[in-house]
Amino acid sequence: MKSREKRRGKSESDGKAVVLFHSSNYAIRAEKLAKRERIEVKLIPIPRHLSSDCGICLLLAQDDMERVKNLLLSENVSYDRIELI
Amino acid sequence: MIKDIYLDNAATTYPKPDLVYRAMDSFAREVGGSPGRSGHERALESGREVLRAREVLAKLLGVGDSSRIIFTKNATESLNLAIKGVVKPGGHVIISSLEHNSVLRPIASLKQEWGVEYTVVPCRKDGSLDLDALASSIRPNTQLLVFTHASNVVGTLMPLGKLVEIANKNNLPLLVDAAQTAGRYPLNVEEEGIQLLAFTGHKELFGPQGTGGLYISPELDLHPLMEGGTGSDSESAHQPYFLPDRYESGTLNAFGIAGLRAGVEYIMGEGLEKIREHEKVLTQHLLEGLTKLHNVKLYGSTDWDRRVGIVSFNVEGYSSAETASILNEKYRIAVRGGLHCSPLAHQTIGTLGRGTVRVGLSYLNTMDDVDCLLDAIKDFA
Repeated sequence: MKSREKRRGKSESDGKAVVLFHSSNYAIRAEKLAKRERIEVKLIPIPRHLSSDCGICLLLAQDDMERVKNLLLSENVSYDRIELI
Repeated sequence: MIKDIYLDNAATTYPKPDLVYRAMDSFAREVGGSPGRSGHERALESGREVLRAREVLAKLLGVGDSSRIIFTKNATESLNLAIKGVVKPGGHVIISSLEHNSVLRPIASLKQEWGVEYTVVPCRKDGSLDLDALASSIRPNTQLLVFTHASNVVGTLMPLGKLVEIANKNNLPLLVDAAQTAGRYPLNVEEEGIQLLAFTGHKELFGPQGTGGLYISPELDLHPLMEGGTGSDSESAHQPYFLPDRYESGTLNAFGIAGLRAGVEYIMGEGLEKIREHEKVLTQHLLEGLTKLHNVKLYGSTDWDRRVGIVSFNVEGYSSAETASILNEKYRIAVRGGLHCSPLAHQTIGTLGRGTVRVGLSYLNTMDDVDCLLDAIKDFA
């Protein structure tokens, strides 16, 4: 039981990153573009320790960070920053 | 039973394509959240719906970056945002003599408030613009040119290419009022070099009332018309600089925007070429029919290449309001009499006192609708 919890904890926190955007319009565009490229992403509320804003951010695997960065750059979707979580 | 015929599409199109009713119904029942606010699924789906609408509008209007399309509640709000966002105290604005009150009044208000000056460039009786008069009315303090794309009274198209040329040559932004043309006439704002384009959702784009938008070129930085909650940068007391948030304060009309999206998709599915061709057939049939009636006075140009399906006329012996009222009561045909919020245009064509009867055709009208109108006029006039 203990080891399972630990494993689950690892997969849910380690190895993930979030992209923070200035506007939810960009966050939703980023979600659409990533899905089109079959990159697994999810829009989630911004984690409390990162911002007090009421916005949303894009959750992705750290392994996909470079691909997503390049995608956003090539499609002109501006973002604030990427945080590892 | 007398058939109910709607020919007041230049005010609001009715009916809408079925898709529009269905999109609004399903948004209201199945989505319902606030776009750009909160992270729960109903809010996210609402945000996705707004993005879909923005992207399909960008495609229709030839805009690369959809965030440069700002949602407003109608063309009037878009025109106010553009005019008041660009013009500064000490400035001068140039408009045509076919402009709607949604252009004239914000500028007249800036004149009262800040002493902003404006020049009305004359159009001829058929609605054509005097381009030489435009060129010679540009002053060192001119800040903006505002021109309708098509007159809401006589349907005349403005020479958009020439207007852009003059604006660019003088390094001035051109604001195009596309209230009557978006959705019925091809527009490619980036390729054509238009810097500001105002449109409404409830006319030929087949959306509901309460939807509209403004395209803002990346070269321009407008002062916002309103400040407020944007769901972004919330810790700051100031309006964000990025688009579309800078100009979209308060919860958007996502319900209406869902309908507008469906309307635009309908247009793109049919194709603007087919839409314009259908309108051409109806308009020419109406113009020919009215020309044959000796007691009818027709206004504007009969050259299809220079107009859209908006037709103004008067019947001898009747005021425009009387004609509209007889058509409504006796024949159940909806048209609009009066000044159509455009006293400048009526001054131009010489009908300021009397107004005109205006027929606004839409893609969903039929030849039978036009024949019924012609028969009704023959019957009572």
